[in-house]
Amino acid sequence: MDQLQNYLFIAAALFSLGLFAVITRRNAVAVLMGVELILNSANVNFLAFSRFGGMNFNGHVFALFVIIMAAVEAAVALAIIINLYNNYQSINVDEASQLKR
Amino acid sequence: MNNLQSLSYYWPELLLVTIILTAVIYDLLTKPSESQRVGLLVFAGLILTLFANWFTSAERNITLFLDSLALDPFAQFFKTIIIFSTLFVILISRKSNELRNYRTGEYYTLIAIMVFGMFLMVSAIDLIMVYLSIEVVSISSFILAGYLKKDQRSNESSLKYVIYGAFSSGLMLFGLSILFGLTGTTKFFEIQNALAGLDTSSHFALIIASIFILAGFGYKISAVPFHFWTPDVYEGAPTPVTAYLSVAPKAAGFALAIRFFHVLFTDAGLLLDSGNGISTIPWPQVLAGISVATMTLGNLVAIQQSSVKRMLAYSSIAHAGYMLMAMPILSGNGVFAIMIYLVMYLFMNLGAFFVVIIVKNKTGGETFEDFRGLGWEMPIVGIVMALFMLSLTGIPPTAGFIGKFYLFAAVIKAGPAFYWLVFAGAVNSVISLYYYMHVVKVMFFEGESKKKLLFPSVLESTLIITLAVPTLLLGIYWTPIAEWITNSLRFYYQSI
Repeated sequence: MDQLQNYLFIAAALFSLGLFAVITRRNAVAVLMGVELILNSANVNFLAFSRFGGMNFNGHVFALFVIIMAAVEAAVALAIIINLYNNYQSINVDEASQLKR
Repeated sequence: MNNLQSLSYYWPELLLVTIILTAVIYDLLTKPSESQRVGLLVFAGLILTLFANWFTSAERNITLFLDSLALDPFAQFFKTIIIFSTLFVILISRKSNELRNYRTGEYYTLIAIMVFGMFLMVSAIDLIMVYLSIEVVSISSFILAGYLKKDQRSNESSLKYVIYGAFSSGLMLFGLSILFGLTGTTKFFEIQNALAGLDTSSHFALIIASIFILAGFGYKISAVPFHFWTPDVYEGAPTPVTAYLSVAPKAAGFALAIRFFHVLFTDAGLLLDSGNGISTIPWPQVLAGISVATMTLGNLVAIQQSSVKRMLAYSSIAHAGYMLMAMPILSGNGVFAIMIYLVMYLFMNLGAFFVVIIVKNKTGGETFEDFRGLGWEMPIVGIVMALFMLSLTGIPPTAGFIGKFYLFAAVIKAGPAFYWLVFAGAVNSVISLYYYMHVVKVMFFEGESKKKLLFPSVLESTLIITLAVPTLLLGIYWTPIAEWITNSLRFYYQSI
């Protein structure tokens, strides 16, 4: 398990699972988890390319920044979801449908 | 240039950060009822930043912070546009009834943070900076869209915004990671060299990466098929925020997209030459297709709306489509046309949204019903709104006409291959005439004439008139703007 390919497969699988979660889940927190999976799949890519591609530290730095931004995004998204619960008594994204389609 | 040396060229942004931090502390010290003062602080700070931006020497292209930011006239042009739209929005926010029951200190601070993020966006030349700046702008705008915490519609709009926003930035990030893997660097200029020497086996990966990255940019400028968030977010968000989102982040998104595609692809001739990885997909045609789809969808759906605010949301999608017309060409003319259109768009679109704010303050609604007879009841507002509508349609002698004229001219100059694009743009302008004129018709030809004339407050009238004057004037005399843009592009293109 020390080849670039294996890690790229893992990243692609994580990405697909995240995409699947975002599209199918109706629970707002589950959708958020799907987004986190997508972000982390990109992280795996960055680290794998940095480690096996014989490249510089840019990939590591990028991954660190992505982790920070994922945390920030989660904080804001959870705040919005809590507010959603206060307004609708539910965190189902389908409940919030007052604005016209 | 290394980090320490860069600081001396970075003082507009440093000033802005100081203002943001001051605003945070000042907000803590003021009573909730007086939190509007934070807005004045941010306003004054942004004026200082505007001057700082003008006086920063950008006589040549300088790259800052180890090649992660560019300081050039192109970036300075967009920074000026962003600051101007922010100043207008801060002033109208003071008058908006929607925000009256909320503490607004954080509101103005978040707007200032967005300005900082957009400053980074327009000058980013490093993949890390591209991602970071887009996220800084997006995350602040998620909060702003949901600022009316007790309002279900505002809450819904921020929920939709955060899901679409986080998802599409995730897609873009995955694309960036593949691009990083292919080229082994995050710097635009090094990527450009690496792409030129790429062998054929990696073309498929490159195409996948380009599509993902396009999704991220498409979301930021709300191009079809990444536009789904736009109408709902624009309708639910507080109207000043909607006005802001439809102008400033869009301008920044275009700046980023132009820089990205220009540096990565066209300098090396990759986008147009045949026989390399990028051109296995006909990118100019794809971009042209996206442009036509964007403007057609925006215009056709805008016709059916009963809410003026939502109609303007779709119209802003259509305008993104017009601007995208010049993207596939990526010549000096095309970029010039996008930039001049953005200047015109700033005035007319902010103006239209400000009129919606004034009407909402009066009647509490934003549907066509609320505009009935407005032209006779509030003559100033009615006349000014009619002017904005004419300009958005692109009828001479208004600013919108000049903007569209340059866009169409740039596309025609690119050759017969794109004549159909001009045709589609012209047909779309005719469609848009219908719903823009509907507003004018409702304002002047419907409803009974009122005896009593109403006048908006001094600040409100001053603001809309300040926006209306350039909308008319720039349609007659636009040479200074054109010269300014030509100067900003001098380093990009030798001949325009």
